[in-house]
Amino acid sequence: MLPQVVMIQIPYYPGCTLKNKASNFETSALAAARALGLELVELPRWNCCGAVFSLSSDDLMRHIAPTNIFLRVQEMNRDHLVEDEYRLVTFCAMCFNVLRRTNQRLRESLEDRNKINDFSYLETETYQGRVEIVHLLELLRSMGWDKIQERVQKPLTGLKVAPYYGCMLLRPKDVGIDDPERPTILEELLRSLGAEPVDFPLKLRCCGSYQTVPNKDLVADLAYDILSRAQKAGAEAITTSCPLCAFNLDFRQKEIQQKYPMFLPIPVFYFSQLMAIAFGLPQEVFGLAGHYANPKTLLATKGYLQATSPLEGG
Amino acid sequence: MNELEKDMLPQAVMITIYVLSRQYHVPAGSTILTALEYAGFKLKKGVGCREGFCGACASLYRLQGDYKLHGGLGCATVVQPEMQIVQLPYTPAPKAIYHLEELEPVPEVFTQLYPELYRCLSCNTCTKICPQDLQVMDYIQAAVRGDLEQAADLSFDCIQCGLCSARCPAEITQFNVALLARRLVGKYLAKKGKYVEDRIKEVEASKFTAGYQELQDLSPEDLKKRYFERELNNLIY
Ligand code: SF4
Ligand code: SF4
Repeated sequence: MLPQVVMIQIPYYPGCTLKNKASNFETSALAAARALGLELVELPRWNCCGAVFSLSSDDLMRHIAPTNIFLRVQEMNRDHLVEDEYRLVTFCAMCFNVLRRTNQRLRESLEDRNKINDFSYLETETYQGRVEIVHLLELLRSMGWDKIQERVQKPLTGLKVAPYYGCMLLRPKDVGIDDPERPTILEELLRSLGAEPVDFPLKLRCCGSYQTVPNKDLVADLAYDILSRAQKAGAEAITTSCPLCAFNLDFRQKEIQQKYPMFLPIPVFYFSQLMAIAFGLPQEVFGLAGHYANPKTLLATKGYLQATSPLEGG
Repeated sequence: MNELEKDMLPQAVMITIYVLSRQYHVPAGSTILTALEYAGFKLKKGVGCREGFCGACASLYRLQGDYKLHGGLGCATVVQPEMQIVQLPYTPAPKAIYHLEELEPVPEVFTQLYPELYRCLSCNTCTKICPQDLQVMDYIQAAVRGDLEQAADLSFDCIQCGLCSARCPAEITQFNVALLARRLVGKYLAKKGKYVEDRIKEVEASKFTAGYQELQDLSPEDLKKRYFERELNNLIY
């Protein structure tokens, strides 16, 4: 018997990538959260966060986009779509980083807040720093890993997964969700799901980020380093929380294979996909269709998927 | 009419406005267009349907004691004392050339045809100026994340006046992006209405031919009469 769960409603910001290229990550994350009693309620109106936090100190224009998003959380409370809930959950590592850093800047500077509030005179609310940006992983940690473990129905026993953090979850230090040098949050999650975390030296190395557009080759090399080091450490799969890291590590395997013929493809999972699988959720929510390196063979070999069942999207 | 009777005629209250920084006295209650005409401007461009639908008479104005720049349609905006006005009937705008049949209703159409879309800063300046009170930023942002339906929906009442694009710090041509979204939704995503097919069949079966012929045979005077006497409320769509 599964423990009875009381649903909590929390405002949720998806970001563009999870609505578009990586919608399979969103499906699994929402379903996994729901299984834990977290109903992530999408903001009724939202804009792109800007994707990259602007470092220029005098260009406030770049900080308006995230501020709009904070105001929507206030509006959700005003309109009773959530009750007294000023946490805003996101799981895209890029969005998370931009939102939390902007929030930090606005909380620290009354002058910046005033300027932005004044500029945004069409808004019905002003922003004073009330919203709290939370990454889904942090929310899981605060629930307690034992709670996650309790929900597991098909432990991922024997699955060797290398957690890959990249940059945006951990840096800069004062907005990161874990120790920037020795993070453990993904390892804890993997352990709760019954999987075996594989430590490897490049788990904090940058994947190349947006260089993937103008400079595929460079990103292929970076991804090759990361993936092959994980494989050497014994990993059968990689997991990450950033859709861009996931894209680079997964889809650049095409170029890697051309450049390094000895390379064997390795599946890259969004952390929530592993949760959905371990929680025994219906296969449609796993979102395994949008991958480059085929994840199904590995999962089927390990017995987490019925190899014969037709999978969503093929 | 004697002097006393003349005095008793209702007098138009005159107000002062500024057009292209020159002072004019115009009757209070005029729209920007009628005020311009009263002031002696001959409008050949920047005027169209005069009913708030065509978007040809976009105007910019400022009010006394208010730093905000306002946008409005010349035909639908009433002048106010000390108003400063200029018409902006056209905003130079890039327009992508495409064949709708060759496009697919996918987010990538914007990357190809209007790549500047992704420069949007979410500053909401476009929304501030829109005379149709549209959530312009929201429809642009829907396009940014590839939500064609929402982009089409939120931009439905856009009259292509161009003011948003003149104000945008990211130099986006909002209304052309929206037009593309609506065309794609109309062609590929919207539910097909059965009533349209039924009506086409009726047209093909000449159901309306006699009615049209009757209208075509009317003299211009009778046609005008019929037009103004038509019962708007009874139109069945
Ligand atoms: S004015 Fe331009 S940059 Fe600002 S929200 Fe509108 S489209 Fe985006
Ligand atoms: S969206 Fe732009 S072009 Fe359309 S009506 Fe509003 S201001 Fe004019």
